[in-house]
Amino acid sequence: MKFGVVVFPGSNCDDDAYHAVGAVLGEHVEFLWHRSEQIPGCDAIILPGGFAFGDYLRTGAIARFSPVMRAVERFARRGGLVLGICNGFQILLEAGLLPGAMLRNRDLRFICRHVHIRVENTDTSFTCAARAGQVLKVPIAHMEGNYFCDPETLADLERNRQIVFRYTTPEGRLEDSANPNGSLAAIAGICNRERNVMGMMPHPERAVEAPLGSADGLVIFRSMVESLTRHQTGSNAEVKASVPA
Amino acid sequence: MIGTEIKITAEVAAEHGLTAEEFARVQKILGRDPSLTELGVFSVMWSEHCSYKSSKVHLKRLPTTGSRVVQGPGENAGVVDIGDGLVAVFKIESHNHPSFVEPYQGAATGVGGILRDIFTMGARPIAVLDSLRFGPLAKSPDVSEEEASRNRRILDGVIGGIAFYGNCFGVPTVGGEVQFEPCYSNNPLVNALALGIARRDELFFARARGAGNPVIYVGAKTGRDGIHGASLLASAEFSEESQQKRPNVQVGDPFMEKLLLEACLEVMRTGAVVAIQDMGAAGLTSSSSEMASRGGMGIEIELARVPQRETGMTPYEIMLSESQERMLLVAERGHEHEVFDVFNKWGLDAVEIGRVTQNGRLRVLENGNVVADIPAHAIAEEGPVYKRPVAPTKSPEASAPLVEFASTGADLNENFRKLLASPAIASKRWIFEQYDHMVRTNTRIGPGAGDAAIVRIKETKRALALATDGNGRWCQLAPRIGAMHAVAEAARNVACTGARPVAATNCLNFGNPEKPEVMGQFSEVIDGIAEACRALDVPITGGNVSFYNETLGRAIFPTPVLGVLGILEDADCALGTAFQHEGDAIVLLDGANAAVCNSGENLQREFSSSEYAKAIYGVVAGAPPAIDLSAERNLIDCLIALAAQRAIASAHDVSDGGLAVTLAESCFASPNGFSAEISLKTGQAVEFALFAETGARAVVSSSPASLARVLAIAAQCNVEARPIGKVTRGEFCIELNGRPRIRAAVESLRQIWATALEHALGNE
Amino acid sequence: MARMKAHVWVMPKTTVLDPQGQTIHHALTSLGYSKVQRVRQGKFFVLDLDGLSAEEAKTQVEKIAREVLTNPVIEEFRYEIVA
Repeated sequence: MKFGVVVFPGSNCDDDAYHAVGAVLGEHVEFLWHRSEQIPGCDAIILPGGFAFGDYLRTGAIARFSPVMRAVERFARRGGLVLGICNGFQILLEAGLLPGAMLRNRDLRFICRHVHIRVENTDTSFTCAARAGQVLKVPIAHMEGNYFCDPETLADLERNRQIVFRYTTPEGRLEDSANPNGSLAAIAGICNRERNVMGMMPHPERAVEAPLGSADGLVIFRSMVESLTRHQTGSNAEVKASVPA
Repeated sequence: MIGTEIKITAEVAAEHGLTAEEFARVQKILGRDPSLTELGVFSVMWSEHCSYKSSKVHLKRLPTTGSRVVQGPGENAGVVDIGDGLVAVFKIESHNHPSFVEPYQGAATGVGGILRDIFTMGARPIAVLDSLRFGPLAKSPDVSEEEASRNRRILDGVIGGIAFYGNCFGVPTVGGEVQFEPCYSNNPLVNALALGIARRDELFFARARGAGNPVIYVGAKTGRDGIHGASLLASAEFSEESQQKRPNVQVGDPFMEKLLLEACLEVMRTGAVVAIQDMGAAGLTSSSSEMASRGGMGIEIELARVPQRETGMTPYEIMLSESQERMLLVAERGHEHEVFDVFNKWGLDAVEIGRVTQNGRLRVLENGNVVADIPAHAIAEEGPVYKRPVAPTKSPEASAPLVEFASTGADLNENFRKLLASPAIASKRWIFEQYDHMVRTNTRIGPGAGDAAIVRIKETKRALALATDGNGRWCQLAPRIGAMHAVAEAARNVACTGARPVAATNCLNFGNPEKPEVMGQFSEVIDGIAEACRALDVPITGGNVSFYNETLGRAIFPTPVLGVLGILEDADCALGTAFQHEGDAIVLLDGANAAVCNSGENLQREFSSSEYAKAIYGVVAGAPPAIDLSAERNLIDCLIALAAQRAIASAHDVSDGGLAVTLAESCFASPNGFSAEISLKTGQAVEFALFAETGARAVVSSSPASLARVLAIAAQCNVEARPIGKVTRGEFCIELNGRPRIRAAVESLRQIWATALEHALGNE
Repeated sequence: MARMKAHVWVMPKTTVLDPQGQTIHHALTSLGYSKVQRVRQGKFFVLDLDGLSAEEAKTQVEKIAREVLTNPVIEEFRYEIVA
């Protein structure tokens, strides 16, 4: 199993994702520089958090033009697993790999704190090891995580069960006070129709060791490994084939 | 003679802030009149900010050595050995004046500057703390609504700027403190502390060597930012006209700084770098002359090669620009391309602008014409040193009427609520949630969770603890004792997490040093810090002095801020302030063995300087509590032993607001809504027993099974340990001599404490 | 006293560093737009006004722009009243 963590100029959770996958999970992991046009041999790609290109212009707006994103798009189209965390989610939105956009947080401030999110769909490669309705304690740290899309897109997301996580109370109840940033439908993470690309604002890579406050984020990385293992022993091995330039 | 546009006279020099004697000295060093550029170079390098001319003679009295100290004051930051071949690199620095002029950018560039000081030494920054002082946020008889509203705007801007820079750069802001006093209304204090980690054998220093080696400029382009900015702003008092210095404010670019960090650390690994120094205050001037001077070499640079953002910049402007996010480095001749390759990869400018020379001179050319030619050592090291007149300190507050202890009938419950709502005591969650305090996944104990911040060091069992402290009110009343408390409290806070305090950094914020009473305060504060640092074994490894914190002739309280670094051998022993288990015993540790057999009047004097006296009675008077450094030391040893032997579940020192506030905060921090039931015997006045801020005390909690062990360890350390109650799920209750004095639902108290700051800021 | 709109442009002062504009410029260059010499990023405001004379509108908008919309330390503005 090989994970690739993309490094954009301004990424700052790249080391954390690398640590979570490599040191905590014990999987093989490599950094991918944003100028590389290939992502050779990777089974899964993580677009980490941070401020790619300073988040200038719009969050993720400049990063999506990086050469590596063309390779990531090809990889995703062939069914490869792509996880965008925080700024990575914003980049996936700008790149059109996921629908919608991010607005500034409801109270216009950066928020860093632990929140609770409920697993809405376990039928994805990112949540298959979780229980339906399981509540995870995971931190957020962002200024622009207020998810927005038009009503048709929201209806699509609901119909296709693309909403993977929602902000809830610790008990798993949907309440406005549990929604930290004003996201539409309390959305914390969504996937594409094919279920192989997911973006989420909370940082699972910051929640992999109990002494730091929570290890609930591990289930997401474990799900990815489990799903890849299943596929590798199954028929889907071509996903691993390196994507031509 | 170097060609110059105008004749440089003593009058011109005076406009640049040089005195007649200083100008004469310049003429003597050069053997001629200076050019305009040279005058600029001397004026910034000999400014108070860069030369420490008023403080130098006093700073010598600080202890700066110790078995762990690798680098004391004099480099970009202090360096301390933390074992396993690793070192901690840390320093605190002020950005007060820029943060008043433009709070957001001023605070942001303050963070940027201190981060560069850390990574220029080859260390990756892993934590930032901010020590902040503002004027009152609410209107009162002494504070107009206009003033309060400006203070709220300044606070909002400063917090936003710190968050903007640190969050984007990717360093966690893990702690610090905030205090409020009217004297900071027009002169907020923004002191930023940064901590980095490096391998001991991979440290970099700012010492040029190897004649002929290329001098390379890297990072952002040079603009007219901050010309006579930090250095001169920080070297003269504020007046109405300083508003006109506004266009010189620097704008921070944390994204650029992040690239600079990665590129610098990468280029350092190539082996091509000989020396490196950031361009902070006095930009190209200080970096080039200091590198040359420290290395005993000279440097020659060609200004036409300096990357410029604006057109038509004069040599004077280029040399004095304080544009941010720039570095100057010396590379090994023949390996320049390795440097260029790395910076090119990160999309940054890297240009060879000169070379190291043997002649010890800073030689500056513009298109081949010499515009400055000065002995580097003279600029960097031979600045004027003043033994300014020192007058005995006397503050009007010290002789103000003391608090009369309330006799019966005082509504202590109501006063307690008021105290919890005072901005100094109230939860700072509104502030620290705007900081990314978790990035880099090392934060074991973050803001609000412990007395000090704890960051683990990956791949070792260890963690580092950091706390900042400094009580301006106490230093105003009695500078020497106040300064000792600042050291003691910071060290005690570090020890409360279980870590051993090993070194300190200090930021000394004062008024105009040309006033003898201000120098008197400064001198006493230095003596206090020196004595406390010696007693507690925490040498000073660096820091900075900020004078001229005066607006319209009114000086701030003398405010030394101490940052103390601690080492926790086993990160798993880290302790927070929160009570952990229902039924745990609550124990009051007192290093002074409760031997406070002070007279009633002494207690009254001490109490009059407390947060309670200020918040409830509006009194700032008397003197700080007497300090007993051996008691502090015993308590520190005791706390470390208790943590290492896993005998306790929480620890929280008694400070602002006294015992009652300490107990309440340990309840508030617990996620399970725990409360405390306390019963105390005391011969003191009720208010004193509940709210006095006497030092060398801490509240710990332990399982009933461990209680005997706690008492035994305390006894070994010569610390009195008194079981005073237990952790409950009931009401918060403090009983004195059998009579309940404070009794309330813990959740109602928590609400007040948790939301008071937001209320004060009008942001609820 | 007709309804009017005011347009206000706020830009970083030319002497002040504009990290956003600079980064966007850099990105454009790497995307092949080599003829772009410089990018500066500012803000654009539209104010809907009612009940003011043209003269009053001018005075008020200028005051709003100077005191509220602009940070005079680092920004400058221009405005126009659109009928």
